[in-house]
Amino acid sequence: MKKKYDNLITYGIVILAFIIFQVLAATGNLSSHMRGLLVPMTYYAVIAVALNLCVGILGELSIGHCGFMCIGAFTSAFFSKVTQNVLPTAPRFILAFVVGIAFAALFGFLIGIPVLRLKGDYLAIVTLAFGEIIKTVINAFYIGIDKHGLHFSLKNAMELGMEPDGEVIVNGAMGITGTPHDANFTISIVVLLLALFVVQNLVNSRDGRAIMAIRDNAIAAEATGINITKYKMLAFVISAAIAGAAGVLYSHNITSLTASSQYFGFNASIMILVYVVLGGIGNIRGSVIAACILYVLPELLRGLNTYRMLIYSIILIVMMIVNWSPKVIDWRKKTFGRFTVRKGAKA
Amino acid sequence: MKRFKKVLSTFMATAMVASMIVGCADATEGSAPAEGSASGEATFKIGAIGPLTGGAAAYGNAVCNAAELAVEEINAAGGINGFKVEYSKEDDELNAEKSVNAYNTLKDWGMQVLVGSTTSACSIAVSEYTKADNMFQLTPSGSAVDCVKYDNAFRVCFSDPNQGIASAQYISDKKLATKVGIIYDSSDVYSNGIYQKFVEESEGKNFEIVSAEAFTQDNNTDFSVQLQKAKDAGADLVFLPIYYKDASLILTQANTMGYSPIFFGVDGLDGLLTVDNFDTSLAEGVMLLTPFAADATDDLTVNFVTKYKEKYGEVPNQFAADAYDAVYIIKEAIEKAGVTPDMSVSEIGDKLKAAMVEIEASGLTSSKMTWDASGEPNKEPKAVVIKDGAYVSAQ
Repeated sequence: MKKKYDNLITYGIVILAFIIFQVLAATGNLSSHMRGLLVPMTYYAVIAVALNLCVGILGELSIGHCGFMCIGAFTSAFFSKVTQNVLPTAPRFILAFVVGIAFAALFGFLIGIPVLRLKGDYLAIVTLAFGEIIKTVINAFYIGIDKHGLHFSLKNAMELGMEPDGEVIVNGAMGITGTPHDANFTISIVVLLLALFVVQNLVNSRDGRAIMAIRDNAIAAEATGINITKYKMLAFVISAAIAGAAGVLYSHNITSLTASSQYFGFNASIMILVYVVLGGIGNIRGSVIAACILYVLPELLRGLNTYRMLIYSIILIVMMIVNWSPKVIDWRKKTFGRFTVRKGAKA
Repeated sequence: MKRFKKVLSTFMATAMVASMIVGCADATEGSAPAEGSASGEATFKIGAIGPLTGGAAAYGNAVCNAAELAVEEINAAGGINGFKVEYSKEDDELNAEKSVNAYNTLKDWGMQVLVGSTTSACSIAVSEYTKADNMFQLTPSGSAVDCVKYDNAFRVCFSDPNQGIASAQYISDKKLATKVGIIYDSSDVYSNGIYQKFVEESEGKNFEIVSAEAFTQDNNTDFSVQLQKAKDAGADLVFLPIYYKDASLILTQANTMGYSPIFFGVDGLDGLLTVDNFDTSLAEGVMLLTPFAADATDDLTVNFVTKYKEKYGEVPNQFAADAYDAVYIIKEAIEKAGVTPDMSVSEIGDKLKAAMVEIEASGLTSSKMTWDASGEPNKEPKAVVIKDGAYVSAQ
């Protein structure tokens, strides 16, 4: 019952934020800078939720999660490009989600087979390697389409041998350009709510308890008859699928999509990990809030010009210490504790 | 206790949202007086976007500094049509997503014309938004084809394909070689684009491509394999559509191998002579197509280079030259179209679009530039050859 109430608060925060921003936008009080940040903010929150499922609930450190986002982004953008003139926007975008999520889940499954045999640091390093492989392989793809169908090459665009009217869709390192700009804030929020719904319900389900039992003590869990491989795989695939959904939003928000390291490399993956760690490992709502704050922060610091990345880093360190240093937590309890108890007693 | 925690977290979240809204309100307020002042003393507002931090900061800073310099010069000379110009720059960290954020920030500031983005992928992403706002966009150095896909976007530099085509034509016209080897960076958009068009254009020319070897940014330290292949295939010219850092290594390694073909590059090779610890005598005889050479002796270049050095303490590169030209091109287009700062962004966009195809600009990168509606510049490619550690125009 308590858990349910807790979950409702998370949905409530998201919906409240959505309503506030919609009202602000409708009344013209939202700057275009802020309006442009809404969609990216939401999809980073989505992938933070996905990674928290993997790191916090399953307890396996993945530092290649942007690889799944990359797969979701490329497969869905490819689908949207191909069907741009065939399907109307709404069904096309829904199908793009299906395609992006399905492929990300498929790769989550394939990668999960070798990866989930490992533990801890080893697993982290292997996921990192897979993230890099995904990025590098996509960079080598050349796919074009003409009236004879799809052409495929790993060498260069000339090797495709297309008719003159053909169109190169995936152009190696140049990626996919001109994906229709379908994503908007409303859809992003719906995706975030769905991701939250899936993860929070999973956590409170029988499967979720099994997954957390594996995290806490794999041997004990196995002894009680829990199929470790199955549950690990379940969590990992769901996590990859949600990351794929974030990728779909990404590729339909920014029209030039390249699989380069600043978007999908391990640096980007670690940035997502920072969101998760700051928000609290295993705390889904925390990830959402931390992702939003940390994405918006460097943007709000634009006024500081060249110092902003420095200041951002310092703020990050301070936030980590204030949130998670045991000494600071003690101090916070001492200082604000009395207030809490009194209020708590009343309630 | 537990319950209070929930109340507290809800409160905190609300506080967070509220603080963000305050942030937004500030932003809108910030732009309001700017618009107010426009009616008092009207100014044109030109914004620039580029990577000012991170690995590509050299390019973004060059663009933003040179644009700033041009704006200062214009203001000192009385502005455009008597109106002063205001200038602002934003960082995009070489990230398309951040570039859009930078664009939106500049829009809140009241930008009317955009010089940017500096790099191709960012420029493409931003053009989607300038198109929606019908804002006039002139990218100094976004060279990918799609940068000027929309009618409101123009560019100063050559597009990647045009550089590839121009190189193939130049090699063929001057009969520089019969067998050509290529070493390119397959992980780089710029390099790939030039390479693809070069190969297409080479078909039926008087030379033959005997080797085409790729490297990526993850293995750009040892080029002996690529060089050996070119050497074994008997290439007497090696085409390098890459940036100068990698090229300096290639030249050094070719020298140790005792392989000395003609090396032919494009504008990315500009900067070769400034690489640290690079023996510039190895660059002797390297040919490159570049729009700008900092040691040219015409008045315009000398003036620009001295002023730039004085202000920013370094020798400007071609990115800086493109951006400097971009601001003057905008000035010329504004004068031609008779635009005034009180017009809306979209009106200015329409007028400048029309004026762009009519003007004939001259600047650092070419003495005569014209544009057609596609947004591509028409100008002569300039080839230089490195002789005694300096650029000399190639004959």
